[in-house]
Amino acid sequence: MTTEDRRDRSISTLPDGLWTQPTPSVPVDLGDDPVRRQVVPAAMRYNYSPGLASTRFLRGLAEKRFLGERCPETGEVYIPPRGVSPVSGLPTTEQVEVGPKATITSFCVVHIGFGVNAPPTPFVSALFLPDGAAVSLYGTMGEVPHDEVRIGMRVEPVWVDDDQLTESMENIRYWRPIDEPDVPAEQLKGHM
Amino acid sequence: MNVATESSGGGEGLLEAPLIIEYAFNRTTGPVIGAFVTGLRERRVLGIRSADGRVVCPPVEYDPQTGAPLEEMVEVGTAGTVTSWSWVSQVRDGQPLQTPHALALIQLDGADTSMLHVIDADGPEAVSTGARVRIRWAEEPTGAITDIACFELDGGAS
Repeated sequence: MTTEDRRDRSISTLPDGLWTQPTPSVPVDLGDDPVRRQVVPAAMRYNYSPGLASTRFLRGLAEKRFLGERCPETGEVYIPPRGVSPVSGLPTTEQVEVGPKATITSFCVVHIGFGVNAPPTPFVSALFLPDGAAVSLYGTMGEVPHDEVRIGMRVEPVWVDDDQLTESMENIRYWRPIDEPDVPAEQLKGHM
Repeated sequence: MNVATESSGGGEGLLEAPLIIEYAFNRTTGPVIGAFVTGLRERRVLGIRSADGRVVCPPVEYDPQTGAPLEEMVEVGTAGTVTSWSWVSQVRDGQPLQTPHALALIQLDGADTSMLHVIDADGPEAVSTGARVRIRWAEEPTGAITDIACFELDGGAS
């Protein structure tokens, strides 16, 4: 094996000689298939509890409902709720159903997908502002060409079949356009 | 990154679910660690000679004292001596052995440093500093540190 072969491939893109490892002599025959790479898994295993407010939200999702919670000071409805207002820091005590219709506040055309559940590329990931909510939910768009998606577009969630519903955001398969006029970007100020 | 969740419980209490965040790092071994793990695949253990002549095992790429690149790998033994240890009575997931065992520093014959590994032993009374141990090899070596399944006591019941 030549010295060139032994260099780390990714690091070899650095300027010549910046990072070359010594190639020491080896007293035993290691064969013609030495180990060069290893997959080294590292896992963190949690037992996760979303807390009271998000538990309420997730139970709502199991019934195809979006349950936010209202800030007692500003009146804004936050979703998914965390139990306190991110603006005032006060506990949110009033539960408010929002959506399910929503408006796209931001989107991205994804050309390189990752993760086990990524849709075929290109697809659109977007932020969806449910009617009545102050903040958006993340999701993906379906049933529309990626170059027709726009900020202000009106959408609705497409749910999994009823017998597949669980306490999970995965209840929403994707979002799709509905036949309503776009919301002017002006009206989305403060929610984008 | 892989994130797996699974909802549990439909009652009135708090929801709870396992959440596993896993990274499958794909690492280049470089020539030194590469030779070391390739050696393990052949059931041989390699160290490396440091600038002052001592043999470091597991091998390192650069001298621990001077930082100079090291040039000479040397073969060491597959048996050695316990230099320090502690008993693991409560085993956790992901540990090399799923039964109570010793976590030990082991100086292989021919090496001047110790490596951290586990000893499969019946109990803490069976282990002592200075005890002789030998490698128990994995049945199917893959070219990884796990090719050393564990150490066992020389002449021990394990």
